[in-house]
Amino acid sequence: MFRLFDSLKTFPKGGVHPPENKFSAGAAIEELPLPKMVHIPISQHIGAPSEPVVERGEAVKVGQIIAKSAGFVSANIHSSVSGKVAKIQNMIDSSGFVRTVISVRVKGDDWEESIDRSPDLVKEISIEAKDIIQKTLDNGIVGLGGAAFPSHVKLSVPRGKKAEYLILNGVECEPYLTADHRLMLEKADEIMVGAQILMKALDVTKCIVGIENNKLDAIEVMSQKAKDYEGISVQALKVQYPQGGEKQLIKAVINREVPSGGLPIDVGAVVHNVGTTYAVYQAVQKNKPLLERVVTLTGKSVSKPSNFMVRIGTPISELIEAAGGLPEDTGKIISGGPMMGKALTSTDIPVAKATSGVLIIPENESRRGVVEACIRCSKCVGVCPMGLEPYLLMTQGEKAMFEESENDRVMDCIECGSCVYECPSNRPLLDWIRLSKVKVNTIRKERAKN
Amino acid sequence: MSTKLLTVSSSPHIHQNQGVSSIMWGVVIAMIPAFAVSVYNFGVGAVYVTALSVAFCIMFEYLIVKYLLKKTPTIMDGSAAITGVLLAFNVPSNLPWWIILIGALVAIGIGKLSFGGLGNNPFNPALVGRVFLLISFPVQMTSWPKAGESLLAIDGETGATPLGLLKDGLKNGDSVSQLMGEIPSHLDFFFGLQGGSTGEISALALLLGLGYMLYKKIITWHIPFTIFGTVLAISTVFWMVNPEQFADPIFHLLTGGLMLGAIFMATDYVTSPMTAKGMIIYAIGIGFITMMIRFFGSYPEGISFAILIMNAFVPLLNKYVKPARFGKEVKNG
Repeated sequence: MFRLFDSLKTFPKGGVHPPENKFSAGAAIEELPLPKMVHIPISQHIGAPSEPVVERGEAVKVGQIIAKSAGFVSANIHSSVSGKVAKIQNMIDSSGFVRTVISVRVKGDDWEESIDRSPDLVKEISIEAKDIIQKTLDNGIVGLGGAAFPSHVKLSVPRGKKAEYLILNGVECEPYLTADHRLMLEKADEIMVGAQILMKALDVTKCIVGIENNKLDAIEVMSQKAKDYEGISVQALKVQYPQGGEKQLIKAVINREVPSGGLPIDVGAVVHNVGTTYAVYQAVQKNKPLLERVVTLTGKSVSKPSNFMVRIGTPISELIEAAGGLPEDTGKIISGGPMMGKALTSTDIPVAKATSGVLIIPENESRRGVVEACIRCSKCVGVCPMGLEPYLLMTQGEKAMFEESENDRVMDCIECGSCVYECPSNRPLLDWIRLSKVKVNTIRKERAKN
Repeated sequence: MSTKLLTVSSSPHIHQNQGVSSIMWGVVIAMIPAFAVSVYNFGVGAVYVTALSVAFCIMFEYLIVKYLLKKTPTIMDGSAAITGVLLAFNVPSNLPWWIILIGALVAIGIGKLSFGGLGNNPFNPALVGRVFLLISFPVQMTSWPKAGESLLAIDGETGATPLGLLKDGLKNGDSVSQLMGEIPSHLDFFFGLQGGSTGEISALALLLGLGYMLYKKIITWHIPFTIFGTVLAISTVFWMVNPEQFADPIFHLLTGGLMLGAIFMATDYVTSPMTAKGMIIYAIGIGFITMMIRFFGSYPEGISFAILIMNAFVPLLNKYVKPARFGKEVKNG
């Protein structure tokens, strides 16, 4: 165990360390019973929403494609259950927007024959790089860490660029969440084979799994397994939020800085979440589309903090019931972690591909503090992992000084929320920064047109 | 369908629990050791001056905000109390009450509220008050009670501070080694057995406060340690060139208001730079100006002026000294 402590790398600048509250860390992944109805959003990824290819009343099987990718940055959507398409309707999703969902009434559990449902580990990788990319596209694989970026895009290295490192993100730096942690403990072999598949697709020989040091058991299990797989190593990292951010993780693991406005591939790195890697394994070796994922259901008042294997489209209310019901003192429900997650408007909202957790926050912690004057303590500057000046960006936002904001690199903001977390005056720094980002984006588009 | 009304707001959804008032009161706690030493040395005078100063500052903050600015006073945030304590720490413990009243009015009324209150004042309010008093009432402001000799009396015997003795002595043509015979030892300075303003005399007590503020992450090391380093560096050079004309570096570090200024006043959030690099430049400036005033100026002590002068550069430092950004910029599109 001692070796775990000898070189605790981290990103060098900024960051915060909120209380971890990983109550569900010891809860093994449980299969959630099938819901009566699922609502599968057609937009569960960054990029163009996919186009429905089923109609109302049509019978569907588990794994059947129900909406097709509509562009390069887009992903296929598969039915996570078997039954009848009840409705194609509009619903509020976890982002708070009204989006189209395909609602399927569940009947039985009838799977597509092409899917290998056996638990056997398939180590042998028998397909070529370009077919791996095709399979991730076909099976609707997107990043499961939160941003839901379609995986085949990340695997298609642009001409003239070369990947050197595959970095697996097992950091899970958001407080409360334990989905990736449990997956690394329970599916380490599958993740290793998934990593081999990704390495083959990217044509790299080095893969480093970054895991924060508050998951010693996962570091131990993954390190043991990695010995059997060529080129894979595990890097224990100091616990520091937002280390799970792609740019921070790359800096921590291989000490390279992704340029402002650039991509990880510009410094020879491609990052995939461990959950995504598991999904890639299933897609390539088992022919299984992305139709279920691990979701943490937790909170201070939750009677049974859990990790569930959930079919995509399952209403969040079902998870809450399975974890002992909605606590009396519930004030806020978050999809994702407390630092970057989205507050939900109801418990009917379905689990999507990027739903890593559902966090129930008690009433007494659910409201923001009273906003006070900026005392210029500079803590926001000190904690910004991107080296920005949040206090200044907020003022520029308030005064509509968007050109100045652009020059002060507002677009570099990764919206990690460290500045707001730290601000003693409870100032809504990130709200203004988000507004500025939207405005600067519009200005840039205008500029490109002219 | 859940009927429960949920709070919906944007991320992040958790917050560290240290608010403005807990930071401000943290600073007040950090000043307790210095206050204790001053009570030990100057007796009731220290209590009297500090209590009056704090009371006057809070009173003026309340009255001006409520009746002149017509806003809701926030006197419990602790910032007026800090100004009060710092003003008291910067004046002799036998200062008449009406001078303290004027000092508090200038500090709060002009130094702070005329610029818009907490967060907007360019100059440290306590120093604005102190320097105003120093210029307006030079006699009362430079007649310090001798340490340990006025435990219960408000009108005790008065004497000069070590820096004052040094300055006057050098002016009269004495050498440093001659003057050091009349001045308490370095160890006395360290523990605070010397004359001076109420709260500035014990380096040890002030360093305890610094340790507390660093531990509580109220301030960072950048400003105080850079000032110490700059003062040490400059005084070492001068001392090595001519030890009979310039006192040794440790003497300069431990005497006068240097520790008080470096730890509690230069670090004032509102009037110091926002970036680590800016803080270092600002602190070097303070150390440099302090030493130039001590060596060549007409006042024996210079840190108050040095801080106020560097306060004026803070907007420039904030504008032109940017933090190290993550990742080189590449032009796209």
